[in-house]
Amino acid sequence: MGIISRGFGGRNRSSRPDLPPGQYLVRDFPVLSAGPTPRIDLGSWEFRVTAEDGSIRTWDWAAFRELPSEDITVDLHCVTKWSKLGTSWAGVSMDAVLAEIATAAEFALVGSYGGYTTNLPVEDLLNGQAWIAYAYDGGDLEPEHGGPARLLVPHLYLWKSAKWVNGIQLLDHDEPGFWETAGYHNYGDPWREQRYWGD
Amino acid sequence: MARAAVLGRLSWRVGTVIELRDETPTARTIVLDVPGWPGHAAGQHVDLRLTAPDGYSTERSYSIASAADGDRLELTVEPIPDGEVSPYLAGVLASGDQLELRGPVGGWFVWRPGTADPVFLVAGGSGLVPLMAMIRARDLTGDESPFRLVYSVRDPASILYADELRRRAHDDHGLNVTCAYTRMAPPGSPRPAGRIDASLLIAAGWPPDRRPAVFVCGPTGFVEAAANLLVDIGHDPRRVKTERFGSTGGSP
Repeated sequence: MGIISRGFGGRNRSSRPDLPPGQYLVRDFPVLSAGPTPRIDLGSWEFRVTAEDGSIRTWDWAAFRELPSEDITVDLHCVTKWSKLGTSWAGVSMDAVLAEIATAAEFALVGSYGGYTTNLPVEDLLNGQAWIAYAYDGGDLEPEHGGPARLLVPHLYLWKSAKWVNGIQLLDHDEPGFWETAGYHNYGDPWREQRYWGD
Repeated sequence: MARAAVLGRLSWRVGTVIELRDETPTARTIVLDVPGWPGHAAGQHVDLRLTAPDGYSTERSYSIASAADGDRLELTVEPIPDGEVSPYLAGVLASGDQLELRGPVGGWFVWRPGTADPVFLVAGGSGLVPLMAMIRARDLTGDESPFRLVYSVRDPASILYADELRRRAHDDHGLNVTCAYTRMAPPGSPRPAGRIDASLLIAAGWPPDRRPAVFVCGPTGFVEAAANLLVDIGHDPRRVKTERFGSTGGSP
């Protein structure tokens, strides 16, 4: 136990089993981004997977929306300590996207419009753990929340769920992304409180 | 000199409150002595941990307001009504109390001296705090990068560091400060009360062809609007760094 904070009682002790350590509950949907929200025209939107052999597969918006879609209800955990439980999305499972790719790569570097990147193991993108989400709470995904489409990897801290996603590079080596090179944990498991380097 | 990089594990440290300063009727600055503080870059934040007598604890992040200066660290907290941590920090915490913290955190929304690029700071409300750290760091290090600040604030009484900003803007020709009032402008103010707009950012900021480093901080809606305006008037999105105070209805 840490140092007792004199006069501190704690008001909203949201101790529930689905809240990872160090997190508190919010009801709104906070926005955290490193720069301006990029302007993305659906007519020129593209999602590109580059395999480790250099081969490229792309989807335009119409082709992407023809992929099988799922309704998703998941909990979100942001490294800045807020969690939002039971959020509703629609999106395309990364299993469906990567099923079309011949790859044995272990690592992925996800890229976004605006230049953001984040890295994670390929196995964290598979088996119903990750989606490219295009709808939130029954409506189009708002630009400030990552629209037209964002990655959704809810079992990791939310910075891994790249907004404005436009591609994935499949790599045979790990390549740290934007926050991962700026002091944040390489993997980011909220249940192990992997917030920063060395956690 | 400060060792600002975040390297290795960020361990929890204990800071002691050595001074408390009211900045406005609601916001106050907490001055901490943190033995062994590794230093920080202007714009970085710390994680604070509060622990109740029964062991319940909770953490929040706060921007650092001060320039790196040995073991001394300043935070400025604007309490959020019904918040869990900010009302405690802004109201209950007393001189001599101890606080657990770790940091510095964040390697992106930072200004470091020595680049000579013009700097354009755009603050909404308590979003001034990390930008004030940049203004103070510029002064403390003798850096000569020219700074311009546009500070959107509710009314004159809500201005953080009012005397210090006035003094610095007066004494330092490399620092220009423009306050824009959203609710009530003082008599004789050149602009009526209202939200910031493109004309203000053009008049009070740097032209995009000077390639300023731009830092925008404040509540989400403010940052979203300001960053969009900055891109509209021609600033390179890659030169615009944002920090958003995410939660509005939650419990910071």
